[in-house]
Amino acid sequence: MNGLAFMLPIALGMGLFGLGAFFWALRRGQFSDLDGAAARILIEDDEDVPE
Amino acid sequence: MNAPLRVDAYGAVKASLSHTTLAVPGMHCAGCMGKVERALAALGGVASARTNLTARTVEVVHEAQVGLPALVAALGAIGFEAQLREAEAAPVSAVRPLLAPLGVAAFACMNVMLLSVSVWSGAEGSTRQLFHWISALIAVPAIVYAGRPFFASALKVLRHGKTNMDVPISIGVVIATALSFYETLTGGAEAWFDGVLMLLMFLLAGRVLDAMMRDRARSGVDALLRQAASGAMVIAADGQARWVEAKALHPGMVMRVAAGERLAADGEVVRGTTRFDQSLLTGESAPVQAGPGAQVHAGTLNADAPVDVRVSAAGQDTALAEIARLMDVAGQSRSRYVRIADRASRLYAPAVHTLAALTFAGWMLAGAGVYHALVVAIAVLIITCPCALGLAVPVAQVVAAGALMKRGVLVKDGSALERMAAVDRLLLDKTGTLTVGRPVPDEAALDVLPDAEAAVALALASHSRHPLSLGLARALAQRGVRAAVLEDVSEVPGKGVTARWNGIAVALGRPLSAYGMATALRVEGGPVRVIPFADALRPDTDAALAQLAAMGVQASILSGDAAPAVATVARATGLTAQAAASPAEKQAAIERLMDSGRTVLMAGDGLNDGPALAAANASIAPGSASDVGRQAADMVFTGESLLAIPRAITVARKTMRVVRQNFALAIGYNLLAVPLAMAGQVTPLIAAIAMSTSSLVVVANSLRLAGAAR
Repeated sequence: MNGLAFMLPIALGMGLFGLGAFFWALRRGQFSDLDGAAARILIEDDEDVPE
Repeated sequence: MNAPLRVDAYGAVKASLSHTTLAVPGMHCAGCMGKVERALAALGGVASARTNLTARTVEVVHEAQVGLPALVAALGAIGFEAQLREAEAAPVSAVRPLLAPLGVAAFACMNVMLLSVSVWSGAEGSTRQLFHWISALIAVPAIVYAGRPFFASALKVLRHGKTNMDVPISIGVVIATALSFYETLTGGAEAWFDGVLMLLMFLLAGRVLDAMMRDRARSGVDALLRQAASGAMVIAADGQARWVEAKALHPGMVMRVAAGERLAADGEVVRGTTRFDQSLLTGESAPVQAGPGAQVHAGTLNADAPVDVRVSAAGQDTALAEIARLMDVAGQSRSRYVRIADRASRLYAPAVHTLAALTFAGWMLAGAGVYHALVVAIAVLIITCPCALGLAVPVAQVVAAGALMKRGVLVKDGSALERMAAVDRLLLDKTGTLTVGRPVPDEAALDVLPDAEAAVALALASHSRHPLSLGLARALAQRGVRAAVLEDVSEVPGKGVTARWNGIAVALGRPLSAYGMATALRVEGGPVRVIPFADALRPDTDAALAQLAAMGVQASILSGDAAPAVATVARATGLTAQAAASPAEKQAAIERLMDSGRTVLMAGDGLNDGPALAAANASIAPGSASDVGRQAADMVFTGESLLAIPRAITVARKTMRVVRQNFALAIGYNLLAVPLAMAGQVTPLIAAIAMSTSSLVVVANSLRLAGAAR
């Protein structure tokens, strides 16, 4: 049962870390343009490619 | 390339940088995003440009001396219309406020579930108590935070003496949390924290899906008022010209309107003769002649020559603002529509609460203590919490909307599918909806054109932006004609294009004897070739109308165009028609049908259809529609084919069938679980299993809609 004293805080800490990361991403506006994020990967970097 | 500017003297430079958010409505794909960002970044003094595809905006960080006109001009040069986004027009996202509660509920649910599994697998005594306490510490704040959207909505409707799905949810959540907390305090055996959190997580997921669809719907009225010009060049009595903003215009002022400019106010032509493109107001594609004394309206486009216009009405008094008001009012009547989930909860909530009360009374009568009777009654409330019901509607609608999107129909709102499923009457606008909305040259006339002359015609047409030229160039290019090489090309507005071809004078312009829409090709020394134009019907019109008839949807035409033009199309399609209807008359026609018990679908594209689109039970617009048409409609179809309309109705009906099945599944689960709960046999473990299974079954059933649009 002594293991619990370590495992519980570790488990909760990892969960809280994930939650904190989610809130950080939310505040940085990473969820404000989901359509754009999906399309952004298709943007051509080479400008001189003829269309 | 401007990055060092930001890094080197961050503090100093940052102070002098300003942020500008521009609305770029024409941006719709990755290619557009790249073009917009590159064009702005290439501008000197611009530090960064970042597009937002969802909001159709671009945020530019630039030095203060780079003015708005330079940014707009840079986007104009690559073909994107842009304007400063007014602060109040910022779209409010319905998804964002729900994401944080969903994250918290998911985090808490997973951790509490972990602890609950140990309790279910036999943790005893002090270990169980410790686990319950940790669960409570995580769950209570998480429930308070993640439950807020439901509590707030429930309080709001209760205050108005009504009820919705959030009322039974809130009651169940609050009571279950209170009971679990009491059990934890007194060292009891059962806590329901995991069930409550799982319920919140599933429900929030459903809400997020629903809100994602709603986010796509945007206010139609804002887009409408943007159609008017932002201002006008006003000529003072002494002949001096100055730029006056639209809101500062007032009756009596004289505006000088250049060719290609939109009117900023209603007025009367005092000098000059031109033609106005009134398609925005009337839906008519051919420009209308306007000489001194003619009444012209805000938002219409001066097609030919500069004119002076005396302002008769400006701002809120223009015909354009009147349409905006009509749309606003019409939209309100639609917002009174009660969504199926809320209708279900009107029956569901009282039934559930009666059951819980009966259980309490039954156990009291049977001689159990108050505490025991209360625990069993609460178990009934928890087990009947509408977990699967909360997913029954949004999951089905999101899957169906995704299926439709793959087939080129964009659904803006979940309730649109509900309303679309019920339609039994279809009103079609003519120009741009039943027809492709642009002049198409007569095939027979093109067939008799010699190859050399066709090449000349294509070359001449490609030099003009006139609608007939565009139509001719498009049709000839499709036939594989290659443009001839011309010299001395010049375009005279209202007359046509002239040029020299191998030393011969050639011209494309208005025929001498005009009958309907036509253009004449003149090659020196040859006959004059007259090419008639017509607004062609959309492809598959006959098939679409036949399908609609088979589905029991009666269709007819409702057009703002003149009677002869409408009659031609009515004959070609075999539909009855009402012609020359003003925006208000269109709206009135729809309301008459609705009053007589029909469920009306309006299909239209123009600004003049705006009020009708907003007033009808459901509405659909082609992708080529005006901004206002697209905004006001529930659905937008992007292809040319009219088959999109029967397809949308079919999918909507299938969706409603699946939604009803989902309700049956969710309620069927209750029929199994409720007797168990009333008998006092439900433990937190059973509740957790039942809740997740019923939710999964509902989701799985909804996924069947993925192929519905095929």
